[in-house]
Amino acid sequence: MTPTGKFIRIVDNTMRDGSHAVKHQFTIEDVTAIASALDDAGVPAIEISHGDGLAGHSFQYGFARETDEAKITAVKKAAKKAKVSVLLLPGIGTRQNLQKAVECGAQIVRIATHCTEADISEQHIKMSKEMGLEVFALLMMSHMEEPPKLLEQAKLFESYGADAVYLMDSAGALIPDMVHARVSTLKNGLKIEVGFHAHNNLGLGIGNTLAAVDEGATIVDACVCGLGGGAGNAQEEVLVAALDRAGYQTGIDLYKIMNVAEEIVTPRMPRPQIIDKAALALGYSGVYSSFLLHTYRAAERFKVPPLDILLELGRLRTVGGQEDLIVDVAYKLANKKS
Amino acid sequence: MPAKKINVGIIGPGNIGTDLMIKIFKYSKFMNPKIIVGIYASSDGLRIADKLGIGNSSTGIGALLKDKSIKIAFDATTASAHFKNAALLKEAGIRAIDLTPAAVGPYVCPVVDIAAHLDAPNINLMTCGAQATVPIVWAIGTVTKIKYAEIVATIASKSAGPGTRQNIDEFTQTTARALEIVGKAEKGKAIIILNPAEPPILMRNTIYTAVAEQKKEEIIDAVNKTVEKVKEYVPGYRLRVPPIFDDDKVTTMIEVEGAGEYLPKYSGNLDIETSAALAVGDLVAQKLLEKEG
Repeated sequence: MTPTGKFIRIVDNTMRDGSHAVKHQFTIEDVTAIASALDDAGVPAIEISHGDGLAGHSFQYGFARETDEAKITAVKKAAKKAKVSVLLLPGIGTRQNLQKAVECGAQIVRIATHCTEADISEQHIKMSKEMGLEVFALLMMSHMEEPPKLLEQAKLFESYGADAVYLMDSAGALIPDMVHARVSTLKNGLKIEVGFHAHNNLGLGIGNTLAAVDEGATIVDACVCGLGGGAGNAQEEVLVAALDRAGYQTGIDLYKIMNVAEEIVTPRMPRPQIIDKAALALGYSGVYSSFLLHTYRAAERFKVPPLDILLELGRLRTVGGQEDLIVDVAYKLANKKS
Repeated sequence: MPAKKINVGIIGPGNIGTDLMIKIFKYSKFMNPKIIVGIYASSDGLRIADKLGIGNSSTGIGALLKDKSIKIAFDATTASAHFKNAALLKEAGIRAIDLTPAAVGPYVCPVVDIAAHLDAPNINLMTCGAQATVPIVWAIGTVTKIKYAEIVATIASKSAGPGTRQNIDEFTQTTARALEIVGKAEKGKAIIILNPAEPPILMRNTIYTAVAEQKKEEIIDAVNKTVEKVKEYVPGYRLRVPPIFDDDKVTTMIEVEGAGEYLPKYSGNLDIETSAALAVGDLVAQKLLEKEG
């Protein structure tokens, strides 16, 4: 039987968002093994970068075991068909980092800003387009703004030349109704494709991704075993099965991607990817998912409960990248206690 | 108050230039703001100059260059404009204090290295992130060698103008270089984050250093003393979290509240630049006056 359903492109984030879950300690051997297996399963695009994007290697976000360049080169070598994607957050990485990534083999560039700050990405998007790359522009923490504001920002991305705009549910705080409203507003207001990136903090990674696809999103992120910040992302092998049942095509072999999960990724996971109390608190209070492990560390360092830190971070309306505020908040809570 | 002051000009009547003009007008010991020049007649800064009785022109740098009494000019335009202005000012024999990231002249931070550059024809004030964090890195560096310094500057979205937004890479690159050149770290890295929260947040800066020797008491003492020195010209500069020690990592956090002159108080990032410009300008002017005798 020839599949007839609409094609949904999955961008694998197992080694990029999943980098948070392993505290950025993937080795070149890990990267090569995972990328080869993903490529063999028919995954169309594989993202590789520090979890916080190119040049995320830092005290602020955690030092990676391997450089971005070495990992990109390894994925490029392993991927026979899949395109290689990289992530860049203006303010952290620069055009110089992007240039190097392209020299190592990056073909898709994803440029992410907080969902109200799209105009800091103009230089990076334009340069990437001039270099002939496919460019996706990402609105992070998209639960924090209403659809009209998100559309206004998405239109800026479109005007700079982006090929697609993504809604990132960076805090895993969206529920399906909110996904429907956001994706349909973008879909109706833009000429370019719309993408969606889920987190599973409220247990809605797959459900929200299906909601996005039903509203016309044609590119979605997923991670094998759900590996990612917070409670992880849309679990790729599950998403492939669910999209298939919903009548969409992904081009990914379900049996093979299930085996990648069980045989290649699971043995490399330092902890199970579950919705624990703190991960749930991220989604509930709308806090950036990659704050999770940093919060555990600060909680231990300053002897304060992780939940207290996360709720305060939610109250302060922190945005992605403000990992230093975790220490600030933990320090203040510890001093208040004593 | 000395009887005599040095006449100075300002190029660029935007937020920064206007705030600086008001600060010089109100607080400078050795400078008299004689003229401010821009390219738009509608600039708010020119209107305020009128009110304060300060000369102004909307036809560009020409009026400033023509005035032979001007000895110092502050450039609050953009890096690309400063490359042109720098050459014109040099030709006219006017000292340039550059608030753009052009970096034609040496990087200067008032508490660290101004003494070495008082006679330089062109002085660059780095970035706001560098003005806020380089003093701390430099202070720790007086105690022990710094293998690596990394800073994270978080700024209210409302306080990041189009210049910063369109040139965000220049901010991170210039700040990182300043951490090395002025802060004396072997390697520097800078990150900038914009936060749109309402009410707008104050400028926050986290400074991480990897130190060769963990001399806790001496490091804390050096940081405290330096914060006091910066406070002398940036009253809203505060230690938010004193140095925290984790093995060779030292984490220090700084908050900057603006003076609330022309700019709102949350614009600590802009305030620290104009405050540094006022401090540096006064030192340069003082030296010029001494020479004149």
